[in-house]
Amino acid sequence: METIEAVLSNQIVLSVILSALPLVFILVYALVTLYMEMKVAAHIQDRVAYMRTGWHGVLQPFADIFKLLQKEDIIAAKADRFMFLLAPYIVFMGTYAGFAVIPFSSVYIGSNINLGAFFLVAASSLVVIGILMGGWASNNKWSIFGGMRSAAQMISYEIPTALAIVIATMITGSLNLQEVTKFQEGGIQNWLIFGGPLPMLQKILLIPFTLITFLILFTASLAEVNRTPFDLPEAESELVQGFNTEYSGMRFAMFYLAEYANMFLVSAVVVSLFLGGWSSPFGSFLSGPVWGIFWFVMKGMFFVFLQIWIRWTLPRLRVDQLMYTSWKVLTPFLFVCIFAIGLILVI
Amino acid sequence: MSPLRTYFHNISHSLATVVIGMKITFKHLFVPSVTIQYPDVKMKLPERARNRLYVNIDDCIGCDQCSMACPVDCITIETIKATPDQDLGVTSTGNKKRLHLPTFDIDIAKCCYCGLCVYPCPTECIVMTDVYEFSEFDRKNLIYNFSRMTSAEIDVAKEKARKAEEEAVAKKAAAAAAAKAAAPAVPAGATTPPAPPPPPKPELPPTPPTANT
Repeated sequence: METIEAVLSNQIVLSVILSALPLVFILVYALVTLYMEMKVAAHIQDRVAYMRTGWHGVLQPFADIFKLLQKEDIIAAKADRFMFLLAPYIVFMGTYAGFAVIPFSSVYIGSNINLGAFFLVAASSLVVIGILMGGWASNNKWSIFGGMRSAAQMISYEIPTALAIVIATMITGSLNLQEVTKFQEGGIQNWLIFGGPLPMLQKILLIPFTLITFLILFTASLAEVNRTPFDLPEAESELVQGFNTEYSGMRFAMFYLAEYANMFLVSAVVVSLFLGGWSSPFGSFLSGPVWGIFWFVMKGMFFVFLQIWIRWTLPRLRVDQLMYTSWKVLTPFLFVCIFAIGLILVI
Repeated sequence: MSPLRTYFHNISHSLATVVIGMKITFKHLFVPSVTIQYPDVKMKLPERARNRLYVNIDDCIGCDQCSMACPVDCITIETIKATPDQDLGVTSTGNKKRLHLPTFDIDIAKCCYCGLCVYPCPTECIVMTDVYEFSEFDRKNLIYNFSRMTSAEIDVAKEKARKAEEEAVAKKAAAAAAAKAAAPAVPAGATTPPAPPPPPKPELPPTPPTANT
């Protein structure tokens, strides 16, 4: 017991354990989401999906993982070997770095830095480099197309994301997601999507703008993670999976894991900024560090479900439509929102 | 519409249609699935579905009509005539069976499920069943042998048939000989002139021994 305490009190060991906690979460979450994605997809199309591996096929994600583990790690002869091998890790690294500033609960945040949201935007840009690297190193025209599209798309959609974060920062006065969440504590009416805990007049004036900002942030986050309707980088029907065409086995699984982790990451950002993060929707009822994790994961999973639901509803956008949406719709709307919210806050 | 109105109209329209689409998919999330769990639950086949062939060998009279009708020659039939002392019985339709069936093979791998063999059968013994799961790892296993005769039985039947045939041939020869004998016997007393002596063979010169050079 004493040795365990001694080991735990060691700063390095403690930080290693704390930094590995999100990874544990991601691995469990990825299995759940893998299952959820297939089941939701099937039921939306009036099918039933896996039924034979365990009860309603609950063991299928494990079977998929073991299959991928056993597969041969193929590296194309003309590929740029070093970059090809590195790309999946960079993608996952960029995603995982983002989890450092996500407050899972009032007592758990990987790194309590002041520039949390800013760091998140910066770290998630690393994903673009990984995807572009994978596409380029594959030496395959579909892959390079996928990589280029991904770069163009992510750079375009970082702007609405960043602007939406600016709006949240304007209201809460902090870039630290933990403090943004604490600002919204105290029930559903204090969430930023409903104007935050401000005086009544300001709150009512803010509501339409925060709602629009929330919608735009969610839309932009869909593009950030390459999900339908913005899944141009991996468009199966056009680019045969785009940047990960040439990948197989565990490296492909890394891309997959990174995509799922990214889905939760952007959901977590939306939740932390606009839906009160880990705070309970009923004020002090059912609130606390452990309930905080519950609420946070539930809210996050709701948005993951929403992403899956959208994926099986909407068709893919064309490249020009994608750019149109970002530059001509989302960005101008956010500028208007920033202006209006600034005005309201000054009043 | 002015460009600005079009712009806002497009945005509101796309938002509205997204909501409509998502409502529809959400409803379908709770609709019972239209698919069935195939190996556990099977779809009902149409009444006249054509699948694996089956031959009721007890009813087969070995007429070979199915084999002739087959467009891909997947039916092989061999027959042996039954001797009068063998009674092969009658089919369920009342036809008398006159032939042994040492071979009745259907190569179902070749079969094209046209059903043309079914119609000409006079005793309705070759039929399409509703079995459609009969894949095999070895193609040879797809050749179905419907004959129930053992090789010993086949040998016996062959031997008997051969003997019967020989007897028939012998009888025929005897009959022919008898007829031959009887025919010239009609003008009685007439004697055939003695055959002229064969012409003397020309004497061949002795072949010289071939010289080995």
